[in-house]
Amino acid sequence: MILVFVAGLCYSCVTDNDDNGYVATPFTLEVPQVFAERILPPVIPEDNPLTVEGIALGKKLFFDPSLSADGTQACADCHRPENAFSDARQFSIGIDGSVGTRNSMPLFNMAWNYNEEFFWDGRAQSLEEQIFEPVTNPIEMKNTWPNVENTLRASDTYPALFEQAFGTTTIDSVRVSRAIAQFLRTLVSANSKFDRFLLGQEELTPSEENGLAVFLDESRGDCFHCHGLPANPLWTDNIFHNNGLDETFSDRGRGGFTGDPREFGWFKSGSLRNLAYTAPYMHDGRFTTLDEVIDHYSEGLVFSETIDPLMKKVAEGGVQLSDQDKADLKAFLLSLSDPSFINNPNFQQ
Amino acid sequence: MKKIVLLIALTLAVTACKKDDNGGNVINEVTVDLIFSHDWDGSAITNADFDQIQYTNAHGEELSISKLVYLISDVTFTNTAGDKFDAGDFNLINVRNNSNLTFTPGIEIPEGDYTVTFTFGFDDEDNIDQAYPELNSADGGWNVPAPLGGGYHYMRLEGKYIDSNSDEVGYQYHTIRANDMSTNPVTLQDTSFEVNLGQVTIGSNTTIEVKMNVAEWFKNPNLWDLNVLFSTLMPNFDAQIMMSENGMTVFSRGAVTQQ
Repeated sequence: MILVFVAGLCYSCVTDNDDNGYVATPFTLEVPQVFAERILPPVIPEDNPLTVEGIALGKKLFFDPSLSADGTQACADCHRPENAFSDARQFSIGIDGSVGTRNSMPLFNMAWNYNEEFFWDGRAQSLEEQIFEPVTNPIEMKNTWPNVENTLRASDTYPALFEQAFGTTTIDSVRVSRAIAQFLRTLVSANSKFDRFLLGQEELTPSEENGLAVFLDESRGDCFHCHGLPANPLWTDNIFHNNGLDETFSDRGRGGFTGDPREFGWFKSGSLRNLAYTAPYMHDGRFTTLDEVIDHYSEGLVFSETIDPLMKKVAEGGVQLSDQDKADLKAFLLSLSDPSFINNPNFQQ
Repeated sequence: MKKIVLLIALTLAVTACKKDDNGGNVINEVTVDLIFSHDWDGSAITNADFDQIQYTNAHGEELSISKLVYLISDVTFTNTAGDKFDAGDFNLINVRNNSNLTFTPGIEIPEGDYTVTFTFGFDDEDNIDQAYPELNSADGGWNVPAPLGGGYHYMRLEGKYIDSNSDEVGYQYHTIRANDMSTNPVTLQDTSFEVNLGQVTIGSNTTIEVKMNVAEWFKNPNLWDLNVLFSTLMPNFDAQIMMSENGMTVFSRGAVTQQ
């Protein structure tokens, strides 16, 4: 009994999200039923628990262009809600017109990234760390953290909002990243047609059913080894692979971060949720349609030394799906899109 | 912080109480560590060895290992009186990532002599579709798709081999419960197997090394021709039976240390 009591006290400690003893209003992330029944709970760091005030502050910062050097670009400009928080452009454009080299990643269900490796190459080890980069990236927001901090300190509203969230009017980069990370962790998508099918609330069409069969069939799509299956409805393994896009690499991907030549050309598997809103596809946005993506795995694979062994029949270009299987696979994939996510008023500016 | 220290102290106090009084002699109840090591016919496999075409299987194909992840379950300690001690838990080992190479079954047993066994994979009693959130969340889902009978993978061994045309080709040596989809319902056969590590004296701080010789998966009793059996093995009933048979000689007991 004592043990339980003490454990309860310790748990209560983690709602103190700064080092000054201040406790904001705890916020409990609602875990969707399709996740709760299947996979592990979300990862919420003990030093940055979700709070009502922290999330509200993070949302305001996410949509605020004052984080950029010239006050023209917000996080949301390249992570747009209507695109499942990705960018419809192949490459995002920085404040001075600089063009990026990778497609902006969509943002949802990131609290279930158990490996906590973010970006296409996994170089950020937490959401908080990930947020540090675009603000100072010279081809993105091109700002400095001292400048961001000074801008926010000089505003009429932010000092009070930081005080509500963290119990202090002191504004620094760590608290900015923590607040935005809190908001990002609330971006939960789990209400697609397929989710409702899993809950017994909706039926799949025959085409979608066959598409799922193709997806799960080792001799046809064999998509599930990298993109999950109904038991893991995140629809990504959050792991890095070379999926046969190129013979040589202008972008070394994960290997560029780790320095390990065995990982050249590896990029994180993207989630298959919300594909209806996240074109273009792949790390470099080379495919503008889902049909092109399916054609790639069916006929377009090319060999390179680091290609993943899961890429099958590479010498033939891929798994050679029939036109019917391609159409059905596409229908299934689109059943994973969640209109309620992109229209959720809590996620709009 | 003080609260955390107090919690640890209380936990230790409760744990320390778990002793049996046996005719006045206090018998300690202890945990046991299993340490998993991997080799190719005696040559140790570490992270640096992955993705290098440096091995030759018994049939003669040169090959690399890109991935080696496998599941063991039901580590059981059977004492000389035949009493079994089993936590009923499992461990998913990822060799490339060095994760879970040490496993402490969640059970305390009295010190003494035991025959130590475990199950490679899940037996049918444990191989319950989608029953384990930890495994559903691992490696993009450690599950076997429902059309193949559901349940869980036992092992994902992947890499590349040099085929008869001298090309590098990916292989996926995935072991699961054997299934025959040509029947309705799907015919299933449990292809997990028990590994017996022999008798071990368990003391207050015993560590048992469990060795996997990866070469054995391709060797005995079924000489494995990767040119034929390199891919789409999950729905191949006969291949699953053969992999299970080959697995019987894969594991052995290594060093036992008492510290």
